[in-house]
Amino acid sequence: MTFDANMLRGIIEEVLKEMNLDDSSTEPAAQSVTASSLPNGKMQLTEQGVAQRGITTDEVVIGLAPAFGREQTKTIVDLAHDQVLREIIAGIEEEGIKWRVIKVYRTSDVSFIAHDAAEYSGSGIGIGIQSKGTTVIHQKDLPPLSNLELFSQAPLIDLETYRQIGKNAAKYAKGEAPTPVPVRNDQMARPTYQALSALLHIKETQLVDNNKKPQAVVVNFQ
Amino acid sequence: MKSKRFEVLAARPVNQDGYVKEWPEVGLVAMDGPNDPKPSIKIENGRITELDGKTREQFDMLDTFIADHAIRLDGAERAMAIDSLDIARMIVDINVTRKQVLDVTLCLTPAKLSEVMSKMTIVEIMMGMTKMRAREQPANQCHVTNVRDNPVQIAADAAEAGIRGFAEMETTVGIARYAPFNAMSLMVGAQVGRPGVMTQCALEEATELELGMRGFTTYAETISVYGTEPVFMDGDDTPYSKAFLASCYASRGLKMRFTSGTGSEVQMGYAEGKSMLYLEARCLAVTKGAGVQGTQNGSVSCVGVPAAVPSGIRAIAAENLISMLLDLESTTSNDQTFTHSDLRRVARSVPQFFSGTDYICSGYSATPNYDNMFAGSNWDAEDYDDWNIIQRDMKVDGGLQPVQEEDVIKIRNKAARALQGMFRELGLPAITDEEVEAATYANGSKDMPERNVNEDLKAIEDMMARKVTGVDFVKALDKAGFSDVAQNVYAMLRQKVAGDYLHTASIFDEQFHVMSAVNTPNDYHGPMTGYQISEERWKQISDIPNAIRPEDI
Repeated sequence: MTFDANMLRGIIEEVLKEMNLDDSSTEPAAQSVTASSLPNGKMQLTEQGVAQRGITTDEVVIGLAPAFGREQTKTIVDLAHDQVLREIIAGIEEEGIKWRVIKVYRTSDVSFIAHDAAEYSGSGIGIGIQSKGTTVIHQKDLPPLSNLELFSQAPLIDLETYRQIGKNAAKYAKGEAPTPVPVRNDQMARPTYQALSALLHIKETQLVDNNKKPQAVVVNFQ
Repeated sequence: MKSKRFEVLAARPVNQDGYVKEWPEVGLVAMDGPNDPKPSIKIENGRITELDGKTREQFDMLDTFIADHAIRLDGAERAMAIDSLDIARMIVDINVTRKQVLDVTLCLTPAKLSEVMSKMTIVEIMMGMTKMRAREQPANQCHVTNVRDNPVQIAADAAEAGIRGFAEMETTVGIARYAPFNAMSLMVGAQVGRPGVMTQCALEEATELELGMRGFTTYAETISVYGTEPVFMDGDDTPYSKAFLASCYASRGLKMRFTSGTGSEVQMGYAEGKSMLYLEARCLAVTKGAGVQGTQNGSVSCVGVPAAVPSGIRAIAAENLISMLLDLESTTSNDQTFTHSDLRRVARSVPQFFSGTDYICSGYSATPNYDNMFAGSNWDAEDYDDWNIIQRDMKVDGGLQPVQEEDVIKIRNKAARALQGMFRELGLPAITDEEVEAATYANGSKDMPERNVNEDLKAIEDMMARKVTGVDFVKALDKAGFSDVAQNVYAMLRQKVAGDYLHTASIFDEQFHVMSAVNTPNDYHGPMTGYQISEERWKQISDIPNAIRPEDI
């Protein structure tokens, strides 16, 4: 028996269809609060069961690592998670694109979190963010360990950069080819932060649950 | 009152580094961990049924892979019965040959190998490296990157690195989609600098393989393996999938090595409470079991983790030695910043630099560190003279040599022009004369004019869709009037057909002759044996341009 590409694709589609049987076919609602108009106050993340895959193409999904905003509340350079998420959301909204937030539990690896977010996103564009601040913009058709844009040095990401990340993700969702957010490089970030980064990541990874599907998260700023 | 002495000490660079106390329960311990398994082996009917305290039913996939593929069974029970202290003594004893040591160490389990290391001081580990590295002559590797992924600068920096002596060069990207330009610019620049330099581009694995198959690179080393099952799973991988990937490279005639290092498992949160060195010994066993010729190890990008705990830098030297005890090519890191202190960074490199390894750095940053897209190297372009003078001070061959300014300017210019011509012939976005001029004299990307990134990315997409390969580079270079560079690139592509450089620890000389552990093995067995610096080479190393000639005074 020989396999050609079409037959293989057919089989894969069949399998995928079966895997999605338990998903309801209703469209998950993007959140419509305008983050840029929200007060600077505390953020409240409420999990509301298993996340749905998006259908409309005008959304970006933000995937949070297991400890984000709960067990850990600031990045490795003490940026409050409230502000980080607010900037990303504001950046997306500035481009007129909708956003949804999911919490990924099966992994603490930022590439896979971002890829999961991209797979759940109707536009195929997702952002993954670890509690320590490392961030990736991903596209669902790329290999998980590749990316559209990677911000691997968390100590160098400031709030302005998070906003830019949101903006660029939204632009990709619109089918544009934005100029990538300038990558920063500081060779002295590792000496100062790597061991601390390991500690933060160990603690995040202790919350990984291989059997838990991505959860829908409602974001409220108070 | 505050002590003024302590105030001064607190401001010292060494105190800007991060340190942590050991936390053995999660594996935050360099070597000799309290939860490391006790070495053991049991062989029944030609099959390992017990490995380091676990029976086959208790094996995870790494244990199974190691038991089935990594350990030489013939003599294993005898070797495992030798006291670890006695094996440590064999390693430093000049009357025990390298081969005799290998006959024992190739039979050892990961727990036994790490236990042997715990019996050795740093100086004994260095003696071990001198004797146990695979190739006779040490060599060096560099990184050629820049923060803007500027291809002209990559070509010029590679050419300069070529005349400075590097045998291998590695690039990577700021923006992943720039990878094809970075890889081809590196290849052209390297072949302008010194014929026979191998080049690679560190990327996501499928892309890295594709670039190799299409002749954009001539080796690969960013194929990572890990010491615990969950970390493998986190990367959607297994030892078997990595072995398969390795065979993909081999079947296309591409040199490759795995990479691993202490600290990666604990950094990723899945060390299972084991010490960093024990887990690295497992990685090296997986590497051996996959049939790969070599490894890049020495903590690599995780260096800040072992460096933060006691005996961590010693553990890094020990993991390099374990790779040699498994008869692997040793490509020994020294490639990532881990400290603000110049004293600490030199001390960290002494074991590999003074003992000599197959590639001392992997790599040395051929640009200023602000352009190093591997997040900074332990050594950079602004340390070139320090490295050269340390070689001269200690009479060691660290793979580099001093160069004349006019030669560097000339070679950088030629590389930039060759790339300019090749881009023109391939219909890629123009490299202007202004860019060629800037790259000729640049120290780093701050000295380079900006390119139109979107135009480059679009051209790359188009070029990849056009199925451009290394052969097209050869044609384009020839058409552009750089037939000597075309010849060199062509000669490198031909090596993939010959395949001689797939042997352990290969490098090329300028005539494209392979020197490897097969035809130039390390035969050190005491003073005045093994690699000796020739008179000609010593002249090259010792003749620094800024030394006063007595006859001039």
